Amino acid sequence: MYIIVVGGGKVGYYLTKTLVTEGYEVFLIEKNPAKCHVYAERFGAVVMQGDGADASILQAAGAARADVVIAVTGDDEDNLVISQMAKVKFHVSRTIARVNNPKNEELFRRLGIDVTVSQTNVILSIIEQQIPERTFVHLLALRHADLAIVEAKVSRSSPVVSETVGSTHFPPDVNLTAIMRNGDLIIPTGQTVIRAGDEIIAVTKREREDELRHLLVD
Amino acid sequence: MKILIVGCGRLGWRLASDFSDKGHDLAVVDNNSRSFRRLPDPFPGRLVVGTGIDEDVLRSAGIQRADVFVAVTDDDNTNIMAGQIARDVYHVPRVVIRIYDPIRAEIYRSLGLTVICPTTIVAGLIEEQVFATEGESVRP
Repeated sequence: MYIIVVGGGKVGYYLTKTLVTEGYEVFLIEKNPAKCHVYAERFGAVVMQGDGADASILQAAGAARADVVIAVTGDDEDNLVISQMAKVKFHVSRTIARVNNPKNEELFRRLGIDVTVSQTNVILSIIEQQIPERTFVHLLALRHADLAIVEAKVSRSSPVVSETVGSTHFPPDVNLTAIMRNGDLIIPTGQTVIRAGDEIIAVTKREREDELRHLLVD
Repeated sequence: MKILIVGCGRLGWRLASDFSDKGHDLAVVDNNSRSFRRLPDPFPGRLVVGTGIDEDVLRSAGIQRADVFVAVTDDDNTNIMAGQIARDVYHVPRVVIRIYDPIRAEIYRSLGLTVICPTTIVAGLIEEQVFATEGESVRP
């Protein structure tokens, strides 16, 4: 698998280093000549100086035969153009873009970028999991299928309390995957009885999240 | 028409003045407030300081009601992203962007954006001047 990384900041640097160590064929494109010089000494001949949004640079880096192009510069507009160029001009099958402004995740997806990574959103999600009072947490979004994994704490007033999983009318496109109760993991069957305070982990279609929250938590 | 211009450099300023003289309803966005100093004071339009790729900034400049969106910052990638936000998220009927890099200009034209590439245009004009034969006067 041939991977091109664009952007030699901290993220690009450590990403390249890790991929090289794991034995992948990697190429790093970075604008700053001084950085390129240093990186070439550390990684060898896998660094190229240039602007990854420039078609001639992508061409020289062999974008036409790349399996993945990863844009991790510090600027969202650059990451967008790099990814779009890779896809439209070089037909790279998988483009991954770092998104600095969390609000741009949705936009990038809409514009055809395969995978977006927003560090801010990832950290936010981790923080939310740490907050004990949060009763409904969006743990992970599965981009390609518009699914999400959520964790919900069943409130005392929820209609599902004392009902079995089988007899409860969950919204469609919801799969109850696990129940955490007093530190124990329960893999639910149809006969499992839901109790107030249970932390339910479910896979759900994004558009059903609000319905599920309303059923379990409100 | 309600026209939103992103980028108040020489070109943005010139466009803002022209459109304003023609009586259009203007909003201009630039991330440096000093760029607005070239505009007539008071300026009969909305001035917003911020980056043209931030939806909050664009909304406060009235993008939801814009008829025309023009992106002429000095950075190709910013213009490209702003133009796509205008067209694909806010469905502004007419979007025009400047891209200096001829290859990028061609690619985004192929994606349906209206792109003006000064490099190609000016190269043509200069070549015309260079190859004008003696006795042929070519006014640029």
